[in-house]
Amino acid sequence: MKIKPLQILAHIILILGVLLMVVPIWISFASSTHDSVSILTEGMKFNIGEYFSRNYNEVLNEKGGWSEEVTAAKMFINSFIMALGIATLKVTISAMSAYALVYYRFKLAIPIFWLIFITLLVPLEVRIFPTYKIVSDLGLTNSYTGLILPLVASATATFFFRQFYRTIPDELLESAKLDGANSWRFFIDFLVPLSKTMIAAMFIFMFVYGYSQYLWPLIMTTSEKYWTVVMGMKIIFTESYEGVALPRTAERFAYIILSMLPPVLVVVILQKWFIKGLIQTEK
Amino acid sequence: MSFLDLKNVTKIYPNGTKAVHETSLSINEGEFMVFVGPSGCGKSTLLRMVAGLEDITKGDINLEGKLINEVDPSERDVAMVFQNYALYPHMNVYNNLAYGLKNRGIDKQTIEKKVNDAAKLLQISDYLQRKPSMLSGGQRQRVAMGRAIVRNPKIFLFDEPLSNLDAKLRIQMRLEIKKLQQKVGVTSIFVTHDQVEAMTLADRLAVINNGIIEQLGTPIEIYDNPKSLFVAGFIGSPQMNFLDGNLKNKTLSAEGFEIKDINSDFEGEVTLGIRPEHLSQTENGLINLKVDLVEQLGSDNLVYGQLKDKKDFCYRCPGNQTIEKGTNLSLNIENNKYYIFDKSTGKRVN
Ligand SMILES: Nc1ncnc2c1ncn2[C@@H]1O[C@H](COP(=O)(O)OP(=O)(O)O)[C@@H](O)[C@H]1O
Ligand SMILES: [Mg+2]
Repeated sequence: MKIKPLQILAHIILILGVLLMVVPIWISFASSTHDSVSILTEGMKFNIGEYFSRNYNEVLNEKGGWSEEVTAAKMFINSFIMALGIATLKVTISAMSAYALVYYRFKLAIPIFWLIFITLLVPLEVRIFPTYKIVSDLGLTNSYTGLILPLVASATATFFFRQFYRTIPDELLESAKLDGANSWRFFIDFLVPLSKTMIAAMFIFMFVYGYSQYLWPLIMTTSEKYWTVVMGMKIIFTESYEGVALPRTAERFAYIILSMLPPVLVVVILQKWFIKGLIQTEK
Repeated sequence: MSFLDLKNVTKIYPNGTKAVHETSLSINEGEFMVFVGPSGCGKSTLLRMVAGLEDITKGDINLEGKLINEVDPSERDVAMVFQNYALYPHMNVYNNLAYGLKNRGIDKQTIEKKVNDAAKLLQISDYLQRKPSMLSGGQRQRVAMGRAIVRNPKIFLFDEPLSNLDAKLRIQMRLEIKKLQQKVGVTSIFVTHDQVEAMTLADRLAVINNGIIEQLGTPIEIYDNPKSLFVAGFIGSPQMNFLDGNLKNKTLSAEGFEIKDINSDFEGEVTLGIRPEHLSQTENGLINLKVDLVEQLGSDNLVYGQLKDKKDFCYRCPGNQTIEKGTNLSLNIENNKYYIFDKSTGKRVN
């Protein structure tokens, strides 16, 4: 096969793109294995240092925060729970509401769909005060429920599920009905398996969305026990180090590297389904 | 009361389309009924009302003497084979067949036995573990049939199940469906727009036009004795020849010839229908045909040409006769087999 100049150019652009994304991560990782003093004096590192285990150990186990109540490990768990809750519920609720919109042909289905759709114009940040009021009136501040609940509705996912369901031929539903499937069985036995890849993709997006929430957890947690990773990024390891006012830069790099792991993990686990869906359509 | 009874069934879609009009029909147990008609005449709609997939606007449907208008499709115990088969793409063939049984709470061993029996009957035992996307058109067709048979339903419904197959396979599957139905003995309704399919499959057939059953009867009855211009033109291949004429005092005058002593008191503008196969060559025959084209089918020749008034006309003769293009043939109607229809209403008058 002859390689054309255009292909070479395309590959150069792709390689540059990859470098642009990978190099900063590598620098963060390399720097996280040195000690803070050398980073502060010599700048960021490209090579692996010898403080890997010490830095990561400190990050995971040292209590931080103003009242020294929370460890980074705890924050990872909090974020993970929050992201998992948000992603799971968002996907479940969107899939079900799209099902109702597409298959129960009630008169208001289209207005309701558009109503759901325009909520894209009012993200949480816009309605944060009323949302906070409601959550605090319900006594849900400083709880996982409070972290998750206001974020579980998703117009985007509803939209994608709706578009997908509409491509499924009507005969499939009719055939299933004649085979004795009720509405619930049709959803579980047909729509869910057929939209497996869609679910995986949505789950990935929504997990990352939940994981990177900043403003909402910041406002609604007063107890450090519910701090999340992204909040911690601003606060943790900024205090002085052994009496000398030096930021603990190496530990912060380690923290950043660790904070990337849960979303990466989710992508790695779900990518099998995701890729399969891209290369073979089962419709 | 017969097995399946439709009484004055009407369907008007929400957008105002009147698809089926005051249709009444009785189907006996074990009968193979075919609905045939041109595309858009309402045959699928009628079938889907029997299945419960469409609401009935007006009228009653009774199955075994029980009104089923409001019965959910899942409770009707009917099975349907769709045009595109509607196989479950994410399930393998085994599960496609087993799904309906599982939903009815049948135990695993029984399901396995039934699925295997049906698979054997349809010769799909080797593909049970395959997904539908890995099957050929004919195999998919069999799976769709299997899915219907395995449940042992009260009625089989077929909505143009053969139209996605190539010509050869279509004929083969047509035979198999007929054999299978005779073997299993389940009451069946088969919808098609193909009159050959209709004629070959049906115990009785209903010719539908514009949401109305034009004629109901055995294939031969309908072929021999069409009650309307529409039925006459629709059933039979090649199509019946139609000529304009005038009927007066039991004498029909058409362009170039007359027929006397016609068994009808009708007077006025008529359409004369003659089947291509009801003609024979004689000297000084009624009809003069100038041959344009001959299609040799082996057993038969289809001779196409024009009459004096440039009207297209077809004559079917045995395959052993050689007929040259450009010759003039003189033809007679055999045994007075002609049909006369009132030109304005299309009703048969002789
Ligand atoms: N869901 C529907 N809504 C409105 N009109 C319909 C619908 N389905 C079919 N029709 C109309 O009803 C008539 C009969 O349709 P159908 O029963 O599908 O015909 P056939 O199966 O004989 O080709 C057609 O004119 C068609 O356009
Ligand atoms: Mg149809």
